[in-house]
Amino acid sequence: MTGDAAIEAIDVARTYALDGVSVPALRGVTLTVEHGEYTAVVGPSGSGKSTLMHLLGGLDQPTSGRLRIGGRDVAGLTAAEMAHLRNATIGFVFQSFHLLSRTSALDNVALPLVYRGLGARERRERAARMLERVGLSHRIGHRPNQLSGGEQQRVAIARALVTEPAVLLADEPTGNLDQATGQAVLELLEQLNTAEGVAVVLVTHDREVAARARRQITMRDGRVVSDTAADASTQRADDTGSDGPAHDGEAGR
Amino acid sequence: MRLAEAWRVALDALRANRLRSGLTMLGMVIGVGAVVILVALGTGTKNEVQAQVEGLGSNLLLVVPGQVSLNAAPAVSRLDQSDLDAVIRIAGDRDRVAVSLTSGENVRAGKEQVFTSLLGVLETTPKVFLRDVRAGAYLTRTDVETGRRVAVLGSSVARTLFGERDPIGQQVTIAGVRFRVIGVFAPLGQSLGVDRDNEVHVPLSTAQRLLATKRVDAFAVKAPDAETIDRLGRDIVAELHRRHPDEEFSAVTQEQILGVLGDILGVLTAVLAAIAGISLLVGGVGVSNIMLVSVRERTREIGLRMALGARPRDIGLQFLLEAVLLTTIGGLLGIAFGVGASLATAALSPVPAALTWWSIALAFGVSCAVGIVFGVVPAQRAGRLDPVVALRSE
Repeated sequence: MTGDAAIEAIDVARTYALDGVSVPALRGVTLTVEHGEYTAVVGPSGSGKSTLMHLLGGLDQPTSGRLRIGGRDVAGLTAAEMAHLRNATIGFVFQSFHLLSRTSALDNVALPLVYRGLGARERRERAARMLERVGLSHRIGHRPNQLSGGEQQRVAIARALVTEPAVLLADEPTGNLDQATGQAVLELLEQLNTAEGVAVVLVTHDREVAARARRQITMRDGRVVSDTAADASTQRADDTGSDGPAHDGEAGR
Repeated sequence: MRLAEAWRVALDALRANRLRSGLTMLGMVIGVGAVVILVALGTGTKNEVQAQVEGLGSNLLLVVPGQVSLNAAPAVSRLDQSDLDAVIRIAGDRDRVAVSLTSGENVRAGKEQVFTSLLGVLETTPKVFLRDVRAGAYLTRTDVETGRRVAVLGSSVARTLFGERDPIGQQVTIAGVRFRVIGVFAPLGQSLGVDRDNEVHVPLSTAQRLLATKRVDAFAVKAPDAETIDRLGRDIVAELHRRHPDEEFSAVTQEQILGVLGDILGVLTAVLAAIAGISLLVGGVGVSNIMLVSVRERTREIGLRMALGARPRDIGLQFLLEAVLLTTIGGLLGIAFGVGASLATAALSPVPAALTWWSIALAFGVSCAVGIVFGVVPAQRAGRLDPVVALRSE
């Protein structure tokens, strides 16, 4: 294991205390997310993939084991230091988009830069560029409720990438989208992964979605049960389901 | 996060819940408004009392039997003409001493009648107290020494009995005895709760005969200057006590009266302000409450902001500023309301109201402080949220 990896987890465990009973959610996971990698984490609900996601994203600290995010050991970091680390290293995409409803697409995208202390002008310039990258230049001033689900998720992706993070963590990013729109979002993630060089970790319970990734990590009962890197081209060939241009699904929403 | 950014976010949040923000602010508006109004009324009353006491004249010593107390009935006087002579001797000059024998009497002229304070006095009264005669003349020493039946009317007595007619030279009947009006006072207004325009002055000797008594009720002595006033008071009290060993006498200066009244009014103002302060407290609790609701409602937003890199103190600051914004906007509206109501009261009613800069500055400071004090707990609660839990909340 090298120190350059975007994220390294060594024998990481996380136990929750529920009503005085300790419930293990993660029982010793060792994995590395390399820069520029595209990884899918799959597993049934309760398998610990969400917990893993929270740990990899620096939202939570492991009960035991070592976790390095962006080369920094998270052990002993304060909440403020963790916040700084997330802002610098990680971009989040959530199943339910998590956009601020009263705020324009532009300001939603610019939000992480607020906590980086950038001035309003630079924030907006960078946010506008990022919205252009996800194909939403024409939606800059729209509020989330004026956007389709696919557009909202693309705004969220722009927000995740505006800080130029090392890793983009996507938790069921297509879970609230219809299939065609979901495909378009996945294609965007793949394209950004290639073009921007950002590592993507995609958490899903959907085997078809996972099948698109070059690397698949399967979890069960808080453990990694398989970690396979497949040839990307064959994975893509297996892809089933949607036909026709993926963008169609979003337009009329 | 920059402070300017935090203000903007806080303002946005308040705008998003206009009705709720407005209602929460209303508590502050009422509280701060009440403080401003009540302090203005207290200050106005105090100023007016001070002006009235000072309006009596300067370096004045009031000598009465018994103790000077605002809540005890005045003692019945056993002072008489010989005591008056003794006081004049100590004061060194008849012109420095005023005396009064007071009785409530009906005064009639034609069909008009008024109940008024009849004061038997010396001709020295206008030299001791500040009293202007508007028409005619005041009593003379001859009037006093020969016991003439002449009277000087207070302005409201003259108006009631004679209306627009000139009272000088007219007859009035006091306790069945006829008097000739020789003068009318200029209006004075109220002093310490007494309508000083509802008075009739007659010579002391005439009043004593009319009331079949030899007593006098009280002296007022004008000291030559502020330095001698206390010694003069002690000398007079000692002399009166020597003459009446089983009686108690008191001499009080204006400063002492002002001190006592000022203390009472100060306490009154403080009590009123404290009552108004309670409404501020209630307003503050309302702010705290609404901020807790706001934190709970926006838990997901807090989780998201944390995920994107907001530190606990960024989140805390955002909610603290929101609370402070609520209370200061409410406070400013309350000040506007309080100032408006105080000015209207002063202009449209006889109730005095005096605005002071310190009370307005205090009200504003208290508004900010209420926001900080009552915003801290919700803000800390927001800042301490676990981002994982916050993101998952519905």
